[in-house]
Amino acid sequence: MSKKKARGVPQINAGSMADIAFLLLIFFIVATTMDVDSGILTKLPPMPEENQPEPPEINDRNVLTVLVNAKDQLLVEGTWTDITSLRETTKEFITNPQGKTSLPESPTKAVVSLQNDRGTSYNTYIQVQNELKAAYNEVRNEVSRNKFGKNFDELTADKQKEIQAMYPVKISEAEPKNIGGN
Amino acid sequence: MSRFKKKISGGTPAISTASLPDIVFMLLFFFMVTTTIRDASLKVKIVTPNATEMQKLEKKSLVSYIYVGPPSTTALRETFGTEPRIQLNDAYASINDLAEFVEKERESRDESEASKLTTSLKIDKDTKMGLVTDIKQELRKVNALKINYSTKQGKLASGS
Repeated sequence: MSKKKARGVPQINAGSMADIAFLLLIFFIVATTMDVDSGILTKLPPMPEENQPEPPEINDRNVLTVLVNAKDQLLVEGTWTDITSLRETTKEFITNPQGKTSLPESPTKAVVSLQNDRGTSYNTYIQVQNELKAAYNEVRNEVSRNKFGKNFDELTADKQKEIQAMYPVKISEAEPKNIGGN
Repeated sequence: MSRFKKKISGGTPAISTASLPDIVFMLLFFFMVTTTIRDASLKVKIVTPNATEMQKLEKKSLVSYIYVGPPSTTALRETFGTEPRIQLNDAYASINDLAEFVEKERESRDESEASKLTTSLKIDKDTKMGLVTDIKQELRKVNALKINYSTKQGKLASGS
């Protein structure tokens, strides 16, 4: 009797701990999805309030009109354009390097107006959005390299804000029309 | 001399496996931390369009998903047709359910974080803009303005 008491609590065998851990490990390996969701971030404009004052008229030279029809064709400033040249057109529109009178007075006033048909495919819409965004990103990168010798992404938050203020992304999306049927 | 003899006859010593549980636990914790368990099974087929100017979504817990695409299996196509449909959580939904969905998503988060909620739109690339625009209008009505068009990294492919 006295012998049993002296022994105290018996040791628990930890040999199967590895097995249990393996079991859990395999479960989590199988259940894991490592993909990070990424995409084009945008902000929608808030719903217009009732009896809101009319928005101010924007000078025609400060607007780049991009229309996309139901057949996924592009009309930029009244001329039929291919998607591949949209980026260059937008970049020229934002910066206006030659100081043309048909292009905006300053980048802060430049507005891209995008209108699509209800029959436009989502793929084309994303491509147009992507090209517009790419144009702005390229312009910002060029400016920040000239000014600070670095790409826009590598700048500090203050300097990024400075460039953002110089080249604000203004993409206005008009209410869609239903011209092309469907 | 006898000492040397003993060593030779001993053979290869057994490797101690006592640290095996530690190693396994380390891996286990790594996977537990990185895991996000898929919470919705997709009932729509989605091939997201390609894009190059992408940003990563910062906080996964602050993202709610809206899926749009044609029904994924033939059985579903027989009942629901081939037109693109909206999926919220685990079921098909109509455009009118969106407001309620956003409201519920907001309630399930902290009040301070509810304003940072991003809506990720996972939309099949063959969807027509009419439906997408309706969704956007609906989101504007409930003031869920931060949205993300989910895309794949890649060259732009023209056409569909």
